[in-house]
Amino acid sequence: MTDMSYLDGNMLDGPLRELFAVDLSTATGRCEHCGMIGPMAALQVYPHAPGLVGRCPNCAGVMLRLVRSPDRAWLDLRGVTYLQVPMPLDQPHPRPL
Amino acid sequence: MGIVSPGFQGRPRSAEPALPAGQYLTQDFPVLSAGPTPRVSLDTWEFVISTEGGVEYRWSWDELRGLPQDTPTVDIHCVTRWSKLGTSWQGVSLDTLLEGIGTAAHYAQAHSYGGYTTNLPLADLRGGRAWVAHTYDGAPLPAEHGGPARLLVPHLYFWKSAKWVRGIRLTTTDQPGFWETAGYHDYGDPWREQRYQGD
Repeated sequence: MTDMSYLDGNMLDGPLRELFAVDLSTATGRCEHCGMIGPMAALQVYPHAPGLVGRCPNCAGVMLRLVRSPDRAWLDLRGVTYLQVPMPLDQPHPRPL
Repeated sequence: MGIVSPGFQGRPRSAEPALPAGQYLTQDFPVLSAGPTPRVSLDTWEFVISTEGGVEYRWSWDELRGLPQDTPTVDIHCVTRWSKLGTSWQGVSLDTLLEGIGTAAHYAQAHSYGGYTTNLPLADLRGGRAWVAHTYDGAPLPAEHGGPARLLVPHLYFWKSAKWVRGIRLTTTDQPGFWETAGYHDYGDPWREQRYQGD
């Protein structure tokens, strides 16, 4: 069955920019439910709900919930084991003295 | 807008406002969904009430349909701010389902096919205020609205009326559900505008 009721994770870019300085749509995440590692932009995001619900494209487990009230936001990432965020190349670490 | 004399038109004004604060009236029936729509066969469908002591009470589809049926007409209020008045349902009262079940629990957590959960005080499931509804507007409840059967608890925001309901766990402690653990109010009374935690 084709389910057209979700959008891809790129749509999280704007809503998450309110919370984080880094662009999480370029991050990689690991699904807590099935262990799949992939781009957060590949999440299946259900926007027609009381909040945004991002599900794993492999197992449909809930990886992310984002609820926005007029003056607060709640981000639930319990379905994400880790986020791997691209960082600017650091200067070479000094060797131990 | 010109001057309107309320004495010459419309229905008499009721003492109660028709809509809770912050709600707007809609004539259609918006579909909200936090995930893929489960497709549940009536052959395998079941509804289970489990007590805090681990005792389970099960109904098949035919058994549910064989119980006394109610036909509530109720107003529903979604936390996303739409309200719909005078919706017509058919289903089985939770009073009927809970009859004869021994429990000391004060809380209930509804759970659904597809994994959704929501919590409410057990008292809110009693007193002719909650149903397992399988018919909407004279027709089988469509899957996108929670069919084969959904919980119907119209005196609370509609996220408490779990779609695709599969059962209810009776618990001695409050067990917040899918939205209640992500910022939404634990109780969700639309007339007190309890949308978010702390409201």
